[in-house]
Amino acid sequence: MSALLEIRDLATHFASATGTVKAVDGVSFDVNAGEIVGLVGESGSGKTITGFSILGLIDAPGRIVAGSIKLEGRELVGLSQGELRKLRGKRIAMVFQDPSTALNPVLSIGEQMRMALAAHESVSRAAADERARDLLARVGIPEPAKRLDAYPHQLSGGMRQRVAIAIALLNRPSLIVCDEPTTALDVSIQAQILAEMRDLARDFGTALIWISHDLATVSALASRLIVMYAGRIVEDGPIGAILRSPRHPYTRGLLDSLPSMAAPGQELRQIPGSMPSLANLPPGCAFAPRCTHADAACNAAPPERRDGERGWRCHHPLIAVPA
Amino acid sequence: MLGFVIQRFLQAIAVMLVISVLVFVGVYGIGNPIDVVISPDATQQIREAAIRAYGFDQPLWIQYRDFLLRLLSGDFGRSFIFNMPVLELIFSRLPATLELTLAAVVGATLLGVPLGMYAGYKPDSAFARIVMTVSVLGFSVPTFWIGLVLIFAFAVQLGWLPAGGRGPTAMLFGVEWSFLTREGLTHLLLPALNLSLFKFAMMVRLARAGTREAILSDVVRFARAAGESETTILRRHVLRLIAIPIVTVFGLEFGSTLAFAVVTETIFSWPGVGKLIIDSISLLDRPVMVAYLMLVAFLFIMINFLVDIAYAALDPRLRAGAKR
Repeated sequence: MSALLEIRDLATHFASATGTVKAVDGVSFDVNAGEIVGLVGESGSGKTITGFSILGLIDAPGRIVAGSIKLEGRELVGLSQGELRKLRGKRIAMVFQDPSTALNPVLSIGEQMRMALAAHESVSRAAADERARDLLARVGIPEPAKRLDAYPHQLSGGMRQRVAIAIALLNRPSLIVCDEPTTALDVSIQAQILAEMRDLARDFGTALIWISHDLATVSALASRLIVMYAGRIVEDGPIGAILRSPRHPYTRGLLDSLPSMAAPGQELRQIPGSMPSLANLPPGCAFAPRCTHADAACNAAPPERRDGERGWRCHHPLIAVPA
Repeated sequence: MLGFVIQRFLQAIAVMLVISVLVFVGVYGIGNPIDVVISPDATQQIREAAIRAYGFDQPLWIQYRDFLLRLLSGDFGRSFIFNMPVLELIFSRLPATLELTLAAVVGATLLGVPLGMYAGYKPDSAFARIVMTVSVLGFSVPTFWIGLVLIFAFAVQLGWLPAGGRGPTAMLFGVEWSFLTREGLTHLLLPALNLSLFKFAMMVRLARAGTREAILSDVVRFARAAGESETTILRRHVLRLIAIPIVTVFGLEFGSTLAFAVVTETIFSWPGVGKLIIDSISLLDRPVMVAYLMLVAFLFIMINFLVDIAYAALDPRLRAGAKR
């Protein structure tokens, strides 16, 4: 059986005055139907641009320059905006980081939900409201009938994000790209939303790509993890295995900088330095300048190595692998 | 809402009182109008009788007090020049200016906003560049010059449209309007076009700037991610997001054009209030000046009030009693 989403060698570049910014550079991964995949990395690692590329929402000067994105066997790269528009919201949806900026402040919740529905089918107002109410109830909004007439500013941050999730689910897409949907929320609300998203994805049979810089939230949700650094995937595999024994020094660094991994009273470890400019990447491994294991070999790009379900790109993986 | 209206009403009275003092003192300072009121060969007795009759011999504050007392009974006085009640005089001229202003401001908005939105949506297209060039012209070329060029081109050379005047009018709600007759409309077209160019340029720039900002917002991204079409996004999302500054400028422009359309009215011999106020200033027709300026202040208060109500209609966050 082929995967729901197959991305092969995706490259999304941005033309800029200082050179081409390779925001996403040769990314390949699959997402199976109903699967929750975590996509982690720090700011600028290309995780959000990967998400936008899947929806065909790359604005100029950005462009998908190479690679293939297949959804349910259909190639998305090269589709016209009109064709993509029909897929967006219908087969692939997206939830954004900050619900207070994603919802239109001057339109009622009901109106925004009706518009999202009307983008794909003509339904009567009564039928649209009915579906909107049902979904608001499903995402845990009390008194959904009343909320249809409410405006975003009358809802709390958590409620707004639930509305955004309801809009994403409206047309029952097979895949939702979630771009740090809990980052802007209180910790207690985060946990609720995480649990609800997991249940909703299961009930609707929807696959999720959960983009985050926070390994802790991803590990509570995803079954598989993809770690990106400077536009490339540096490690991927089942989440348990990666958390137990990361192979890439960058993944190790991310894990070590989690507060929960440090012993009480001990200083948090951090990854020294910062990510190189995407317009001017070093020729070999992009992480080498910050890596304690780096040596001369790292001046050449590390090839992708695979071992069963796990994959990594490093000349010096953290544990010995059978040759 | 009622509280808001009452509060605004009290504010309006205070503002009108302050304005009346400023206007009265200012106009008083321009000079003694007695010489324009009576004929130059009048005897000294007639002259002094006239001064007493108009109250010009009284100190300023008594003149102002008498003016206020008359105002309370709705009497703005009589024009020295036209020898008719000032309000009647102004209201006989106001409809001409009103229809000219409405045609100019509404036309500029209906045309400028969509074109500006297009220019903001596709800033690099050839059409957007043409629109922006026209808007620069609208800003920088003086109104009177464009008016003369319009007359020269369309009235003198081509002979398509009349060069001035209101043309035949028709009665509606007891007032004469030009736009109700076919020929009146042709008279209205050139001055309205002349007057609207600057407003058109402003609306284009406002709509363009707002659209450029809104199109990059998460609201638009999220709407796109939901599969909404670009037309829907522009019409339902972007237009609503940029509406507030447009309504603000619409109100301000409407008020100031209504009050001071004088250049265009002069060029096109449009018998509106702009010409009236200029004439009354040069002839020291005090009651007309005072009444007119107070009317302008009142118009601005009303326009601001309506604009505030429009804000609440356009943005739920600004509605009274809106709570988190």
